[in-house]
Amino acid sequence: MAYNLKENLEKGERLCGGHRMCAGCGSPVAVRSVLRALNPEDHAVVCSATSCLEVSTFMYPYTAWKDSFIHNAFENAGATMAGVETAYRAMKKRGKIDGTWKFIAFGGDGGTYDIGFQSLSGAMERGHDMVYVCYDNEAYMNTGIQRSSSTPHFADTTTTPAGSVIPGKIQQKKNLTRIMVAHNIPYVAQTTFMGNFKDIEEKAHKAIYTPGPAFLNVMAPCPRGWRYPSEKLMEVTKTAVETCLWPLYEVVDGKYSLTYEPKKKLPIEEYLRLQGRFSHMFKPGNEWMIEQVQKEVDRNWDELLQLCSLGAVAAR
Amino acid sequence: MSIRERLSGNEAIAYAMKQINPDVMGAFPITASTEIPQYFSTYVDNGEVDTEFIPVESEHSAMSTCIGAEAAGCRAISATSSCGLCYMTEMLYVAASDRLPITLAVSCRALSGPININNDHSDAMGVRDTGWIMLFAETNQEAYDNYLQAMRIGEAVGLPVMICQDGFITSHAIENIELVEDDKVKSFVGEYKPAHYLLNKDEPMAVGAYATPVYYMEAKRQQAQAMIDAKSVIRKVGAEFGEMTGRSYSLIEKFMMDDAEEAIVIMGSSAGTAKQAVKELRAQGKKVGLVKVRSFRPFPSEDICAALAGVKAFAVMDKDDSFNGHCGPMFAEVASSMFAAGICGPKGISYIYGLGGRDVRVESIQKVFAELEQIADTGVTGETYRYLEVRE
Repeated sequence: MAYNLKENLEKGERLCGGHRMCAGCGSPVAVRSVLRALNPEDHAVVCSATSCLEVSTFMYPYTAWKDSFIHNAFENAGATMAGVETAYRAMKKRGKIDGTWKFIAFGGDGGTYDIGFQSLSGAMERGHDMVYVCYDNEAYMNTGIQRSSSTPHFADTTTTPAGSVIPGKIQQKKNLTRIMVAHNIPYVAQTTFMGNFKDIEEKAHKAIYTPGPAFLNVMAPCPRGWRYPSEKLMEVTKTAVETCLWPLYEVVDGKYSLTYEPKKKLPIEEYLRLQGRFSHMFKPGNEWMIEQVQKEVDRNWDELLQLCSLGAVAAR
Repeated sequence: MSIRERLSGNEAIAYAMKQINPDVMGAFPITASTEIPQYFSTYVDNGEVDTEFIPVESEHSAMSTCIGAEAAGCRAISATSSCGLCYMTEMLYVAASDRLPITLAVSCRALSGPININNDHSDAMGVRDTGWIMLFAETNQEAYDNYLQAMRIGEAVGLPVMICQDGFITSHAIENIELVEDDKVKSFVGEYKPAHYLLNKDEPMAVGAYATPVYYMEAKRQQAQAMIDAKSVIRKVGAEFGEMTGRSYSLIEKFMMDDAEEAIVIMGSSAGTAKQAVKELRAQGKKVGLVKVRSFRPFPSEDICAALAGVKAFAVMDKDDSFNGHCGPMFAEVASSMFAAGICGPKGISYIYGLGGRDVRVESIQKVFAELEQIADTGVTGETYRYLEVRE
């Protein structure tokens, strides 16, 4: 069935409005896109790690989630969903449940790249039939913009302030998507929302309906942490993709393939300039920082193209 | 007819699990409880149970999977010891506040450091305020019997239950044991039918809310009430178990307390040693007795007050220390129970004993009684915070 955004939007929201996420935040956009990929007749249990998403959508006595939902703690969305999914198999085996249920866990980059990484790794390795979605906003936003292992090089955060001696975060971003590929799970994809949401929704559908564990890494910008005007959300994600900083690709049974190739790779300044967290990189004398980041983007992109060409060779 | 067997405490727990055949077990190995998931996964792989076993990568994930599975509508279980219990502590609070009656077998062991694999109660005492019901066993038989009662108790009040036994002392020692027949176990434990659960297609449910100050305290008050209510449930289930097996249980066990002038309060396997000490002293005409605490949470304050009100002196034996500079954790509970009840006559001392597997002998307990006799005779308590049989 050909992708049609209009039809998808008519499916009805599974995360309803009225929650307290900021305007211009990428997280609920990511969540709604992923949940739209569920077949409307299927049931789901959704889990969220402790995060902005959790505290803003399930503040007692209200919940914005139409499906069954569980929040447990910051670092264990993987294990928690594994428990729910196992319960489903146990009940199914004993004839106590019918219908199709799907299991989707959401975590920010703090709960996924860092404190929740062990729990995620364990759940993926054990092969639970679930999807883990990281909404990656590249810092611990819920506690007030502290660096994570996902924070990009030189970004100004409250624990890596751009100081007079140390110019922001001195480490590069961890490549979690590729680490998840190394778990030998059937489906891993990196995506974000741009244009008609085709890329994220198709990947979410594959992730949800591929038997076994699947991982989606979704760039989900944060207007407060990244310091862009909230109406520029879609411009930020699009530029991340067009500069090849955040390539859209998927890895099916270990084979990499690009799902979108920019016609003309834009220089990284165009991405960095949109965001206050990189503003110190544009001060006179700091040109080397932008050059450095450009080199890193080029290297990562070239590596990815090589991995994709290996996949193409293998497919032949 | 019950079945006579010889089993270690860990085997007995695993056997009880097998008879119950719960839906989900998530567990991670740690000495001294490792054998429990080992035995149980053998039952799973040989088709003797149809439980889903999740061999998680840590104790934190063990409890996290149990929370997910129990919230989903299943009976979920785990087993652990020592640092493993510490590592799942954060999740123990969540399990209790989510009101999920998970059952956790604990083979109690010392905590690092120094690293030590032997028995004391430091691990269990470290999680005493997490909101779990905690039952302690003196023998393998009691560990088994307590386990069979755990789900009835936990599911009645909506609280998780820890079934504690002493690492190595009972977990690994083989004792004679009477097992209950499978069909009797099944009908005693019954089916788990939660009122609300995640996998109910007719009623979606949200678990684990963010509660502002407007609601948080009411949630905690309800947890407190559940723990208060658990006292009568433990008594009722223990009596019903007695009708089935001839072995009745309550919150405490009194041993030769009727006319006792000196008493010790103790928990776990050392109660057996202490009973022998009491018997020998009784034979010498000493008016001594023992109170064994079976339920540490809920704490049986009324029962303890009633048992100790008439004694001249008592010692509370803690197999762990609070490091508060004045007493062990159970002493604090006993003393506060008595003070709150207006019982100020008996002189009490706190004894720390058996840490990291330090052997506790009949003579060790008799030394404590000798000191209690002196306190009773002179009315002089002296130092109230004492360590038993330690090089100083």
